[in-house]
Amino acid sequence: MSRTNPRLLVVDETKFGASLDSALTRRRISQIILYTLLIIGALIALMPMLWMLSASFMPTGEASTYPPHLIPSRITFIHYRELFTRLNLGRYLFNSALIAVIVTAVSLVINSLAGYAFAKLRFRGRDRTFRILSLGLVLPVQVAMLPLFLLMKNLHLINTYWGVIIPGMASIFGIFLIRQYALSIPDDMLDAARIDGASELRIYWSVVVPGILPILATLAIWTFLATWNDFMWPLIVLSDEAHYTLPVALANLSGEHVMDTELMMAGSVLTVIPVLSVFLFLQRYYIQGVMAGSVKG
Amino acid sequence: MGLDPSRPVRISFVLVPGLLLALAVASCSSASAGDKTTLRIWAMGREGEVLSQLIPGFEKEHPDIHVEVQQIPWTAAHEKLLTAYVGDATPDIAMLGNTWVPEFVALNSLAPLDSFADRSKEIRRDDFFPGIWKTNVVNGKTYGIPWYVDTRLIFYRSDILAKAGYKEFPKTWAEWTAAMKKIKSQMTDKQFPMLMPTNEWPQPVDFAMEAGSPILRDGGRYGAFEQPAFRKGFDFYLGFYRQGFASPVSSSQVSNLFQEFERGNIAMYISGPWYIGEFKNRLDSATQTKWMTAPMPGINGPGVSMAGGSSLSLFAASQHKKQAWLLMEFLSRPQVQLQFYVLTGDLPPRKAAWQDTTFANNKYTKAFRDQLERVVPMPQVPEWEEIATTIFEHGEQAIRKARTVDQTLSSLDQDVNAMLEKRRYLLAQEKKT
Amino acid sequence: MMGARARAPSDVGKAAWLFLAPALVLIFVFFFLPVLASLVLSVTDFDIYAIAKPSTTRFVGMANYTKLFHSPEFWQALRNTFYFAIVGGPLTIAVSLATALLLNAKLVRFKSFFRTIYFTPFVTTLVAVSIVWRYLYHTRYGVLNYGLAHLGIAPIDWLGNPHWAMPAIILMSVWKNFGYNMLIFIAGLQAIPQDLYDAAEIDGAGPVRRFFAVTLPLLGPTLLFVSVITMIGYFQLFSEPYVMTQGGPLRATTSVVLMMYEEGFRWWRMGYAAAIAFVLFVVILIATLIQFRLQKEHA
Repeated sequence: MSRTNPRLLVVDETKFGASLDSALTRRRISQIILYTLLIIGALIALMPMLWMLSASFMPTGEASTYPPHLIPSRITFIHYRELFTRLNLGRYLFNSALIAVIVTAVSLVINSLAGYAFAKLRFRGRDRTFRILSLGLVLPVQVAMLPLFLLMKNLHLINTYWGVIIPGMASIFGIFLIRQYALSIPDDMLDAARIDGASELRIYWSVVVPGILPILATLAIWTFLATWNDFMWPLIVLSDEAHYTLPVALANLSGEHVMDTELMMAGSVLTVIPVLSVFLFLQRYYIQGVMAGSVKG
Repeated sequence: MGLDPSRPVRISFVLVPGLLLALAVASCSSASAGDKTTLRIWAMGREGEVLSQLIPGFEKEHPDIHVEVQQIPWTAAHEKLLTAYVGDATPDIAMLGNTWVPEFVALNSLAPLDSFADRSKEIRRDDFFPGIWKTNVVNGKTYGIPWYVDTRLIFYRSDILAKAGYKEFPKTWAEWTAAMKKIKSQMTDKQFPMLMPTNEWPQPVDFAMEAGSPILRDGGRYGAFEQPAFRKGFDFYLGFYRQGFASPVSSSQVSNLFQEFERGNIAMYISGPWYIGEFKNRLDSATQTKWMTAPMPGINGPGVSMAGGSSLSLFAASQHKKQAWLLMEFLSRPQVQLQFYVLTGDLPPRKAAWQDTTFANNKYTKAFRDQLERVVPMPQVPEWEEIATTIFEHGEQAIRKARTVDQTLSSLDQDVNAMLEKRRYLLAQEKKT
Repeated sequence: MMGARARAPSDVGKAAWLFLAPALVLIFVFFFLPVLASLVLSVTDFDIYAIAKPSTTRFVGMANYTKLFHSPEFWQALRNTFYFAIVGGPLTIAVSLATALLLNAKLVRFKSFFRTIYFTPFVTTLVAVSIVWRYLYHTRYGVLNYGLAHLGIAPIDWLGNPHWAMPAIILMSVWKNFGYNMLIFIAGLQAIPQDLYDAAEIDGAGPVRRFFAVTLPLLGPTLLFVSVITMIGYFQLFSEPYVMTQGGPLRATTSVVLMMYEEGFRWWRMGYAAAIAFVLFVVILIATLIQFRLQKEHA
């Protein structure tokens, strides 16, 4: 819906036709420029991944030729086959999926309980506790990693799934996000439920959760993606390849097979496809969540 | 927005417990399967790949033992092994580079093997090259069984050498330099006589040892980098880059060394015995008749090389030491070592294996057998891995002319001395008690 | 309004702490406590000997920090990290803003289609993408140098030349991260009332003037938010150099976090590494405060 330019209204009637034409031409040219820029940008954004996909189907050695090939001379699946048979990628896929889903499910519950409590429940020390928690947002997570590793060692959780899962089960960022959204739940709804005798837990489950479903969806996607893509901590904690997640396994493979370009590309494709799929199917919630969260500041 | 609140909730009721169950099962699956004992063994590089092929023979002899092989790339192996140690997640057996053995002994992570070896009929100490066996002895106890010996020597394109007028590979540093000069003059700008990645420590260390440097002095308490012997070896090392014989690239930048070798873009490469197998497998048929191995040239004649190799070590935390020893014995049998050699090109540490005709008639391994007579061990300090890394890191600075040779050697001494500070402190403590 | 069956505040309070308990316990035990422990660790010489025998640990006071500040490797890591953040940050933000403006233009349709495409790099796994870019950057066989050759530019040794390695990583990071900030900018742009633009146009302002007079000032808070989170993220650079260059060539891409990882988990000098981690924390804190102050002065 475009607003008409007020200036056009005071233009001489005789010149009206001519001005309209030039305005339309200007508009056309602007559109062409804009679309060209957008398409160039899209190509830049997609090119590395398109090459990755293409190279994964190339016969061995074709990705290291000059001039570089953009399209495989013939399509072959041997690299994918090798990944799933000799190199055991199915196991790593399973590990990544397992950890990502569990962390997402558990953290959703834990973070939303806490976020709702901070938003809507009145209790002593609420604001002070919340402020202390906010300090945590400024702390880079790497500062905690060394002692966390030693702590995990004493808990015998090194090289286990739980060693990767537990640190991800609660996140200050997630609590913030939920709290922000939960602030907009009308107090009357909650008070009414209390008067009806519902326990706080019941209220949370039946009133709050349905009310914050969009942000839960956003946080779920966010957590899933972040956990799937997490690299440094799983790298530190996992030493046994049976437990490796995909990023760690991929980095491991690239150390061993630095010369097998096509194989590495196939591995990268397999690592990226799940998260891309999750994102593409659920992008509506994710993108809206990011944008909504930021506007509220 | 039309999201039915109950659906995701109901799905999660099934999904989450299901996943937790899967988690529990997956965590348990690493335990022994049924009545069988499961042994876990870790190995690096090509050896790790090949080990899986040797295992069925062992499992047939011992049906009650199941062996799981895990492969780790060399680039991550050291840290992964230490992480496993710290996390009490060590395997039963690990292949350890023999320079790592002192480090793992200092951590009390390895089990001494003398009682096993003394009673063993398969593994007889006197059958191993003594210099190699010694690298596994720390404080008088044996902590590893040599699995294969490794030393570095030259792999080269015999036809390119011949074209430059050399039927045999040069035997002295002076001859070597002259040969490379000649070859360089017959090459284009983008080609180099030698491929010598700047992030590898065996080369500068080898040349230094040939020049007589102990690398560390005073029982491994201080660095010896500013002494004349090390400087001489280091200068020779830098000469390769200064005179344009080698391009200052790191190993990760070489996209495919076999292709470069085939295409004649490089004529020489220093590496270990496993490259015999790699070259045989990966070079094209045209190049197969055109390459050869040669011992390292020395200052006045054939030179020394490092007494490398890997050992099989038993972790103290292993719950299956007896069965693990059986596997170690199996892998030390001369026939199995020969099989291993055929698959990898790795050379056996046992003299019995060398007597086989496989080696008598093998033109590539002749150079190695020769070199094995002139091997020198590295300093046996737990900090060796870090020191070795520092050596090539400082070396890179000098290669790229970011620092002068004097600055490089003095900062090497400084850094290594700092690394060894705790060792000095602990040794001094030990002396007091 | 409170009836006889209204809930007592103390009951609500009890429930609240129960709701908070899992999160607070987890965050305290697995985050805050380790951070404090890091401080303690940083004044000891805890290392691999200590892991085997804790009694060999010594209290060393500020020795780790002194060693750090005298270490050329540390200063180089700090410089590298600053280089990455101070060049990469604004670059990423500029590209994000530019694409957000493009996507916000009235004349453009298929907005969500392009928006999805631009966001895709952000979603991909960093390790996988780093591996792909490592091959794209190959001196001889990489697509990037091939493209440059068509423009008449000689091949650049992206990952082997100490001068080009960090720019190579910066370029890849801009590509990967611009999508996220772009979304935030789009939200911010949409919040600017159209009347302000119309009024400016009536006053005779062209598109460029309108941008500086209306868009930029009103994006102020958004810009601050975006720059703070981008900088905090960029100071934590790790995966890209780990996968692509191992911190080289000549440690040109060794970041502070990568150095911490090497010292702590490769050489197990955990006391020393903890000192590095703490310095990182202080640096990020100071940078954040500076940004807040700068923004306050502008507004």
